[in-house]
Amino acid sequence: MKTNNYMLIDGMPVEINGEKNLLELIRKAGIKLPTFCYHSELSIYGACRMCMVENQWGGLDAACSTPPKAGMAIRTNTRRLRKYRKMILELLLANHCRDCTTCNNNGKCKLQDLAVTFNIERVRFPNTAAKPKIDDSSYCITRDQNKCILCGDCVRMCNEIQNIGAIDFAHRGSKMIISTAFDQPIASSPCVGCGQCAAVCPTGAIVVKNDKKKVWEALDDKNAKVTVQIAPAVRVAIGRELGHANGENAMGKIVAALRRMGFDEIYDTSTGADLTVLEESNELLKRLEAGAAMPLFTSCCPAWVNYCEKNYPELLPHVSTCRSPMQMFASVIKEQNKTSGRRPVHVAVMPCTAKKYEAVREEFKTDGVPNVDYVITTQELIQMIKESGIVFADLEPEAVDMPFGTMTGAGVIFGVTGGVTEAVLRRLTSDKSSTSLMSIAYQGVRGMEGIKETTVMLGERELQIAIVNGLKNACDLIERIKTGEHYDFVEVMACPGGCINGAGQPFSSLKEKEKRGKGLYSADKLSNIKRSEENPLMMSLYSGLLKGHVHELLHVRYKAGTKEEN
Amino acid sequence: MNKTFDYKVVDEIIDELGNRQSAVIAILQNIQEHYRYLPKEVFPYLSKKLGISQAKIYSVATFYENFSLRPKGKYVIKVCDGTACHVRKSIPILEKLRKELGLSEMKTTTDDLHFTVETVSCLGACGLAPVLTVNDKVYPAMTPDKATGLLNGLKEDK
Repeated sequence: MKTNNYMLIDGMPVEINGEKNLLELIRKAGIKLPTFCYHSELSIYGACRMCMVENQWGGLDAACSTPPKAGMAIRTNTRRLRKYRKMILELLLANHCRDCTTCNNNGKCKLQDLAVTFNIERVRFPNTAAKPKIDDSSYCITRDQNKCILCGDCVRMCNEIQNIGAIDFAHRGSKMIISTAFDQPIASSPCVGCGQCAAVCPTGAIVVKNDKKKVWEALDDKNAKVTVQIAPAVRVAIGRELGHANGENAMGKIVAALRRMGFDEIYDTSTGADLTVLEESNELLKRLEAGAAMPLFTSCCPAWVNYCEKNYPELLPHVSTCRSPMQMFASVIKEQNKTSGRRPVHVAVMPCTAKKYEAVREEFKTDGVPNVDYVITTQELIQMIKESGIVFADLEPEAVDMPFGTMTGAGVIFGVTGGVTEAVLRRLTSDKSSTSLMSIAYQGVRGMEGIKETTVMLGERELQIAIVNGLKNACDLIERIKTGEHYDFVEVMACPGGCINGAGQPFSSLKEKEKRGKGLYSADKLSNIKRSEENPLMMSLYSGLLKGHVHELLHVRYKAGTKEEN
Repeated sequence: MNKTFDYKVVDEIIDELGNRQSAVIAILQNIQEHYRYLPKEVFPYLSKKLGISQAKIYSVATFYENFSLRPKGKYVIKVCDGTACHVRKSIPILEKLRKELGLSEMKTTTDDLHFTVETVSCLGACGLAPVLTVNDKVYPAMTPDKATGLLNGLKEDK
C-alpha cells in the first residue's frame, strides 16, 4: 500500500477514503457491525452503543461517532465487546414485549434479528415490559409506544428529512418516551402519513397499518367484483423478499399472483399515470397561456398534499387539480364497473402509506363509497402472496387485463423522483424523435439528489423546473420561491428518491434503493410506447367513458380546511 | 389556535428575548413565570413563531422538572428534601402540609388553585434545615406545627 492513510481493523489494513466515521469504514471492510440508531441519511445519534469497538489502548469507542484516523488500530470482536453487546440486548429485551410471533414486525425486527445473531438464549433480568400502548388513530401507521427502544430513528427521520416534527422525545430518564406534543393521537398531530418513521423503526413500535384482512374478505365475497391496480414502484421492490433480485421488474409475476389469489381484473397504475400526464400537461399549458401565477406543483404524492394543506394552505391554489394516478384510474375503473351485476370493490397496491389516507378522503368518494376501497402496501402484498402459498419464483409472468391494459413507459417512471417531470416533458415537447426522448432524460431530471433543477425550452418560452424529494427539501424550495425565485413547474415527492422508497416498500439500504430506480428506467426502455399521448387507450377513454366527465372524474380541488387545530 | 387566549404576554417575552430557536428555554421560563405554568395554548403559537415543532417544545418542557404543564397554585410551597433537610425531618413537614390541603404526591395543587406543594432536592440552604420556600421566600428551621401556622397565615392572606 503506497498510502499512509490507513488504519487497522481487526489486524487488517484498511484504506481511509473520506469515510465520516469508523462504522462506515468497518462496514466497507466487510464486517457487519450491529447498530440500531445509525442510518447514513440521518444525523449521528450514538445512543444504542451496539457499534462499540475497542481501540489499541483498550478504550471503547462508538464507531458511528468516531472519525477514522491514520494509524488507528481497532478491534470489532473481542470478548469484552461480545459481552457488552449481549448485555445491551438483554437490557433492551428486559423491558420489551417478547410476543414476537404475534408482532406486526415479526421477521423484520432488528431487535429480534440481533438477539438471534448474538445468541441471546435467556434474559437474566425480570421482564418489566408494560402492556401495549397502541395509537391506531392514523390511517397510515400504528404506534405501540411500549415496543420502542428509544433509538430516535423516527424522530430524526420526521425532523431532518421530512421537516414535520410530529414526534419527539418527551420526559426524561426511565420515563422517556417518543411522543407527539401532549401525547395527542398521531392523527391530530402534524403527521402527513408518509410512514418514513415506520420504515426506519427497528422494532414493531411504528408499523404500517395493516389492511390485508379487508382485502381477503372482499376476495371471499362472491357478490363482489374485485379489481386491483398496481403502482409502478411496487414491481421493482417486491422481488427481493420473494426470491428475485432487488430492482428486477416483477410486474408479470405480480399479475399472475394476484390472479391466483382471485382478483377479477388486474391493472397497472401506469395507465392512470398516463391520464395524469395528459391532464397535468394541459393544466400547465393553460396556466402558462393564461399568465396564471406560477409555479404549478404536482399533486401525485398524497403526503405532499397533506403537508401543503397543513403547512402552506396559501399554496393550495398552486397545487395541480389533477387527482393522483391512483385516484384517476380508480374513478375510471369504478365508472366502468358501475353497472356490474356484482358490488365493485377496487384495491390498490401501493408503495405508500399516505395512500391509505388518500383513499378515505371525502374528495374521492362517490355516493359515500371510496373509489379506492382498500390500499395495501408492497409489504402487505408480499405477506398475502406468502399466505396464499404461492411460490413467487416459480410463477409464469402474465399480462394485465383489458380494457384498461395498455400503458406507456412514461407512466412507469412515475415511481421514481423526476419521473413525473420527464413524462410531462415528453408530452410537451414538440420534437417527438427518439433523440429528443434521450435528451430529456439527460437534462437533469434523473438522479437521486434531493433538489434538481433544469430549464427546458417550450416553444419560445424557457420553463424553469424543479424536482424535489423529501419534504425538508420541498420546504427549502418553497422558502426560496417565497423570496422571489421563479419556477414554472415543481415536482414534489415526499419520500427520499420518490415512490420506489415509499414506506410501504420492503426496507433497504440507499444503494439498494437506487437499483429500484434503475429497474423502472429499464422497464421504460422495454416499453413499446414511451409517450402518454400515444397510448391508444387514452384516445378511446377521452372519446368514450371520459367524454363530458373529465373534470368530475379526474380533477379535485383540495380545500384548506384541514389546518392544524389545537 | 385558541382565540380567547391573549398572546400579548408571549409576544412581549419573545420580543425581549429575541425570536430565536436557541432562546426557547428562556422564553418558556418567562412564560411560566407569568402564568405559573405553561399553558397549552402557547405551544402552537411558539411553534409557529420560532419555527420549532410543537413536539420539540413539548420535549423541552417535559425534560426539565422545573417546567409545569399543569396550572400551579397562587402559593407554590417547595419543601426541601435534600439530604440535610431529610435527616432533620422534612418529610413530616411535607406530610402535614399535604394532609392539611388534601394533596398527595400525584395531586400537587388544590382545586381552588391557591396552593401547590412539591418537593425539591436541595435549596442550597442546608444550614437552615429543614427549609421550605413559598414563592421563593425562604422559611428556615421548619416544624410541622410552624408549617401549619404558615399555611393559616397564607390562607387569611388570600
